[in-house]
Amino acid sequence: MLSTLHHPPRSLSRFFPSNTKSRHFHIKPVLSLSQPAADQPPSSTSPPPESQILSIRHSLLSREVTATQLAETYLSRLKLTEPQLKSFIHVSNNVLKEAQSIDDKIKRNENVGPLAGVLVGVKDNICTLDMPSTAGSKVLEKYRPPFDATAVKRVKELGAIVVGKTNLDEFGMGSSTEASAFQVTANPWDISRVPGGSSGGSAAAVSARQCVVSLGSDTGGSVRQPASFCGVVGLKPTYGRVSRYGLMAYASSLDVIGCFGSSVADTGILLSAISGHDRLDATSSKHEVPDFTSQFMSAVLLESKPLKGLRVGVIRETLDDGVDSGVKSAILGAVSHLEELGCTLSEVSLPSFSLGLPAYYILASSESSSNLSRYDGVRYGNQAAADELNALYGDSRAKGFGPEVKMRILMGTYGLSAGYYDAYYKRAQQVRTLIKKSFKTALHENDILISPAAPSAAYKIGEKKNDPLAMYAGDIMTVNVNLAGLPALVLPCGLTEGGLAGLPVGLQMIGPAFDEGKLLKVGHIFEQTLQGCRFIPPLIAEDIKE
Amino acid sequence: MASMLFRTIQTHPFLLYPTTLLRRNNAVLYCTLKSAHTQTAAQEEQQKPPQIKGSPQTRQAKTKTLDKISKDYETIIGIETHVQLSTLTKAFCSCPYNYGTQPNTSICPICMGLPGALPVLNSKVIEFAVKLGLALNCKLSLNSKFDRKQYFYPDLPKGYQISQFDIPIATGGYLDVDLPVEFGGGHRRFGVTRVDLNRAGVPLLEIVSEPDMRTGLEAAEYAAELQRLVRYLGVSNGNMQEGSLRCDVNVSIRPVGQLKFGTKVEIKNLNSFSSINRAIDFEIARQALLHSQGEDDQIVQETRLWEEGSQKTVTMRKKEGLADYRYFPEPDIPEVILMKEYVDSIQSSLPELPEMKRRRYEKMGLSMQDVLFLANDINVAQFFDATIANGADVKLAANWIMGDIAAYMKNEKLTINDIELTPEELAELIASIKSATISGKIGKEILFELMAKGGTVNGIIKEKNLVQIVDPSEIEKMVDKVLSENPKQLEQYRGGKTKLQGFFAGQVMKISKGKANPGLLNKILLEKLNAKC
Ligand SMILES: [Zn+2]
Repeated sequence: MLSTLHHPPRSLSRFFPSNTKSRHFHIKPVLSLSQPAADQPPSSTSPPPESQILSIRHSLLSREVTATQLAETYLSRLKLTEPQLKSFIHVSNNVLKEAQSIDDKIKRNENVGPLAGVLVGVKDNICTLDMPSTAGSKVLEKYRPPFDATAVKRVKELGAIVVGKTNLDEFGMGSSTEASAFQVTANPWDISRVPGGSSGGSAAAVSARQCVVSLGSDTGGSVRQPASFCGVVGLKPTYGRVSRYGLMAYASSLDVIGCFGSSVADTGILLSAISGHDRLDATSSKHEVPDFTSQFMSAVLLESKPLKGLRVGVIRETLDDGVDSGVKSAILGAVSHLEELGCTLSEVSLPSFSLGLPAYYILASSESSSNLSRYDGVRYGNQAAADELNALYGDSRAKGFGPEVKMRILMGTYGLSAGYYDAYYKRAQQVRTLIKKSFKTALHENDILISPAAPSAAYKIGEKKNDPLAMYAGDIMTVNVNLAGLPALVLPCGLTEGGLAGLPVGLQMIGPAFDEGKLLKVGHIFEQTLQGCRFIPPLIAEDIKE
Repeated sequence: MASMLFRTIQTHPFLLYPTTLLRRNNAVLYCTLKSAHTQTAAQEEQQKPPQIKGSPQTRQAKTKTLDKISKDYETIIGIETHVQLSTLTKAFCSCPYNYGTQPNTSICPICMGLPGALPVLNSKVIEFAVKLGLALNCKLSLNSKFDRKQYFYPDLPKGYQISQFDIPIATGGYLDVDLPVEFGGGHRRFGVTRVDLNRAGVPLLEIVSEPDMRTGLEAAEYAAELQRLVRYLGVSNGNMQEGSLRCDVNVSIRPVGQLKFGTKVEIKNLNSFSSINRAIDFEIARQALLHSQGEDDQIVQETRLWEEGSQKTVTMRKKEGLADYRYFPEPDIPEVILMKEYVDSIQSSLPELPEMKRRRYEKMGLSMQDVLFLANDINVAQFFDATIANGADVKLAANWIMGDIAAYMKNEKLTINDIELTPEELAELIASIKSATISGKIGKEILFELMAKGGTVNGIIKEKNLVQIVDPSEIEKMVDKVLSENPKQLEQYRGGKTKLQGFFAGQVMKISKGKANPGLLNKILLEKLNAKC
């Protein structure tokens, strides 16, 4: 499979229209990924992941590398891997230009932002100024928003370079990225498998080091499940922590912009960059934004029981039947690792847990049926030819939306209809209240809760495409967290069978509202002390190794 | 109340005169006719009362028939009013909002409903809603929320409106109304069911009344009082022609004694208070006739349009089942929580409201006619109050404002804010007349000068040397002069033609350039005329 990397198909020219044909395919490794840190304990067989963002900053400021060289490295890898992965719907033509302007600034000894030269992938349902933003839908084909989403604006202001727009299930509705109107993204660990969804493109892009970090969105698990499938770190912040301004709404009361990184540190740095109140989003919180990475400690400085006294609750309902044995054993491995780190583990039951899935699908569909009303063919996107207004609406929407979106609009319209509202929408809201309460109790007795991020590792492309209920069931581990509005961190904790080198399994840590800092701190220690696992997908393992 | 209404109906539309239902004895509603300074009134005055055909006898006969019919029914009227708020920006974005600007001249991603854009509530809208809620004596919902009302329409970019469905910001209030004197007067209190924030983009408040009104007149006065209220509060310009204040009226009738409500008919397109009045009276008559003919099944739940030209209501659309708007709580806008301190601060900043003003004027000894006139327009009321505050006599100030000043404004089509006269100068003018510095006649001249050009009373008096002549010897000289110059008339007078006293008085006034004190002049003149008798 790796040999194909050297022969990129012609279709790549879509992303690289000119002057890049002569670029070398073999590239320098990504910074220190393959270079054991000097202070690495000798007992470790594999180095723990390091912050690429901090390394980039160090390399740029010490003038070891230029932003242009860095950008070229990533773009080359993107060019190599993209034919298999198809993570991006659009790749920016301005990356090198923007990198150059950072280099110019450094040359002039001007200050550059903390994210200077960091290539960020942005999920295509997040608006980017003058760059296509389609939400993976034909309805918005060729649509270019006149503004940047607040999260995008903030990372840009800190010096980051938007490398492109990543693939997703149409409007975020799906769990495999197969429901994109444009392309199917593959999992870098096994290209016959899905990357998860709906932020599959953002997860695959970070996993394959096509970019440093990426933004996704999480309505029912759309950051966490693909993070688990692709072996990267994914963070779903507390609802309201990050402005939704510029995020094309799927289910407004559940939607949140989240972060992907190849290390906990990078994920935390990205979260710090995008967090905070925004007057353009009335639901964004004024809660103080701490420096999420300030409590991180180097592995070498850790005591023997660095998490001593941390009360960790394992959610019983998430390890029931229906969870793959490989996933279960990886999670149990994580449990004993946490114990070794000094945590006190106990089992905790969330009685309303199983109600989360139906409640989620009712509420999310109901809100989506309303949020997607604006795509009526009148203003943007593809307008069907029709003589009469209702026909225009009907035809434009029939042609513009894919089957999954249509199904959810229908379900949601039904759930909100007179005579059904009480039985569906209202009832689901009551369930939501119950779930919030049960999390509150559980998080009173425990500092964090843990569960798998998904009941299985990545499955085969096409495997569940025609079985929506099986697909929906895969969201069981994540939807409750959205209903409760809590933050959750997913990080790779082990591998299960499948593919060339096994398939990653993600551990989900759930914390109290606005305490992402705690999750990141625990996650960082977990990550730095996990032995024998190196989550670099086989697709690029060779490349990275050199 | 119903009988009062029907006394004004002069003819019946269905039998002979399909286009002329009502005629009033040249009396249009108080709120409309008298408020000459408002645009509302100016427009309404252009409306001619419907021409009536047929002999007085026929008219009388019809009135009698209708009176008889109407006595058997009770009318139930409820009003939904939409008030466009005079906020500087739109309800959910920071685009400037001015009534009358071209639509879509100021737009942004939010009001265009672009993907990813989110509504942010303009806090002014809440403030205005709280003001109006308090002014309507409502109970405020300290926690209220917004809901989405969904339907497809080309002008609705998002496919839904943001409004308040089940938890309005204010509920359970009332509005006090004083009925015009020429219609028998009287005080009414009408219930207000709810005040809610309604519709995206344009900041709009909806005020729903209880079905408390019984006549077109009461309904029109309710609407007029609401207009006064929003203008007093400064939350809206309240102009009906511009659509800043819109009333949809629900009318049903039921046989007297029946508990069940009759079928409700909604009337739209009511652009003035008099059209509210006339449309309702027409509708009552229409429904009463159908009832009396045993055709009450012809009264269906529908929306009818008031046609100003033909002075009747016509079917606009029949209600075919309830539209399903699939309301649900708006997730993009957090609950609105009103803190007690916030409400208290608004409460304490409320101005004196029309009802309070009327009661105060009444206590000052003004007649109800005067009270209603002065309190009708906030600007007139403020002018009056300021005049009083400058020490003017209450009754005199009222007379000047309601008389010459109102007439001038009407002729010149000006509002009280447009004229150059200030309350301070009106008070000065009144004082100058009272102290006999100037005569009433000179006072009037000065008033018109002040209204047109401004300036001060004392300045004009000085400039034109208008101080009244109160020195008896000076007046005596003038009288002597006139008598000696008109020996023929003097002879006639003394011969018994005493009517000529007026002639002499006029002559004296003339040579005094109008400045002679009339009392003194007449006293001295009479003495001289009769001296040698
Ligand atoms: Zn706007």
